[in-house]
Amino acid sequence: MLKIGVPSKGRLMEQSFDWFAARGITLRRTGNAREYAGAVEGLQGVALVMLSAGEIPRELAAGRIHLGVTGTDLVRERLAGWQSHLAELAPMGFGHADLVIAVPAAWVDVETLDDLDAVAAAFRAEHGFRLRIATKYHRLVRDYLRRHGVADYQLVDSQGATEGTIRNLTAEAVADITSTGETLRANHLKILSAPPVLQSQATLLAARGADWAGCAPAARAVAERLGLALPPA
Amino acid sequence: MSPLAADPAGARAEGQRLMAGFTAAGAVPVETPVLQPAEVLLDLYGEDIRARAYVTQDPLTGEMMLRPDFTVPVVQAHMAGGAEPARYCYLGRVFRKQEDPAAARASEYLQVGYELFDGADRARADAEVFALIHGLLAPLGLRAATGDIGILRAAVAGLPTTEARKSALMRHLWRPQRFRALLDRYAGRAPVTPERAALLETLTRGKRPASPAPHLGLRSRDEIAARLDRLAEDAATPPLDAAAVTALETMLAIRAKAPQALAALQGSARALPWIAPALDGLAARLNALAEAGIDPAALDFEASYGRTSMEYYDGFVFGFYAEGRADLPPVAQGGRYDALTAVLGQGGAIPAVGGVIRPALVAALKGGG
Repeated sequence: MLKIGVPSKGRLMEQSFDWFAARGITLRRTGNAREYAGAVEGLQGVALVMLSAGEIPRELAAGRIHLGVTGTDLVRERLAGWQSHLAELAPMGFGHADLVIAVPAAWVDVETLDDLDAVAAAFRAEHGFRLRIATKYHRLVRDYLRRHGVADYQLVDSQGATEGTIRNLTAEAVADITSTGETLRANHLKILSAPPVLQSQATLLAARGADWAGCAPAARAVAERLGLALPPA
Repeated sequence: MSPLAADPAGARAEGQRLMAGFTAAGAVPVETPVLQPAEVLLDLYGEDIRARAYVTQDPLTGEMMLRPDFTVPVVQAHMAGGAEPARYCYLGRVFRKQEDPAAARASEYLQVGYELFDGADRARADAEVFALIHGLLAPLGLRAATGDIGILRAAVAGLPTTEARKSALMRHLWRPQRFRALLDRYAGRAPVTPERAALLETLTRGKRPASPAPHLGLRSRDEIAARLDRLAEDAATPPLDAAAVTALETMLAIRAKAPQALAALQGSARALPWIAPALDGLAARLNALAEAGIDPAALDFEASYGRTSMEYYDGFVFGFYAEGRADLPPVAQGGRYDALTAVLGQGGAIPAVGGVIRPALVAALKGGG
């Protein structure tokens, strides 16, 4: 059985269904609206698995699903050396979001990563601890700041309402996903003028370690409709 | 590797042999806990250590790290009551997260090390540690690379510019890319964004920009004002002397056998005369190495060596590499870390130099692996 993992609710699920439908594969939820079960119509040997978007990278890496839809941000954050486990088959054109670093708009002296670094040094000297950046994307943000030579900061974990951490005095800056920047602006924050940490969008991924031999006919049928090579090269 | 084999690769046996070499040189064997308080390591190394060290939570002591190296606990133990001069050695596992599956590096491996606390004669102490490790590894025919962070620090410290600029450069000695960006900016070679140009123009007219946004967070209005003052001061600072910048860049690129490198550095000192005392230190070290039986003409010296590793080294730095095995990490490395003892000792610095060897690599190279 070839298993396709799709986010189990919301816009991401609907847009994923639309994307597959446009390519001749009809996915739908089954049972009542609260039940996370799904079906694939008109294709033999293909199953739909409804999952939380955050679990899809792990399920793919473990080879428990063959194909999956998730944001590139989650793949890169959760899986070190992800290329050895997964293949990115196709960007899907929705779920666009940038991972950006933002600081209070009142920081008129800060505009670039250069400034952030200089402020971090002064902040540490003044307060005796490192400038705190709230995020849930620890690996991505740390790699990015290291690449850009920013020092004297620390990451503090924030799994939600990250924009509020500065007002609550638990962080001085944030690194968060945004599509329009509206929430950041509403919280009196501004995005640093720097390349985003990551530009993410919903992406169809294939698991290198899944059992492709056991579902070869289904893989051929899916590959043909999607215009892709399966199993991934 | 079979979990049942007692010492599958011969790493522990090799480690014990190296440890015997260190104790024969007069070192006292020490043990340190595997669990180290995360706070000390985080304060020293910053957020990057989280990418390298395993962090765990202890219900009583809070955030702890699996020992990423021995240096910090050994320094702490020495500062808590050791007398000088002191020589310590250790053998045990260290733990480092690995993120690149292609590199296939071990995340848990044996380290055997030697640390010398002796302020009487730095050149001789440097030579002692290097010669000891050199002797123990001699059968492997490794390439030795050396450098001297102290010369880089001296070069920056003497630049004819403001203390603010010098301390920014000093802080980023270990981040070559940002160091270069700062140097370009201070030399007036980096383009200024229109936004920054407008801000600086406002500042030089003696005005302070105000934001319509409400003030938010722990960083105070005063801190923002102070930074604006520093920006204004920096904008009024003349660019770094072009000849000094060129000489510094030439110096950073020096790579040669140690005696030729010293001569080239002495050439740099014509434009950067303030590095002369640090070069005397290098000359004294080369003499001490020769006295310890190491031929300086066989040593590689790279002026930028050690700039991308742990930022606690501040003098002599060295590493031993297997020729033609770029896939392997250094078999041994070490250096002088007086600054680390200053940080850990809250002012009470002790001159210290040390080095570590990876016994598993020694065993593998001996076995032709």
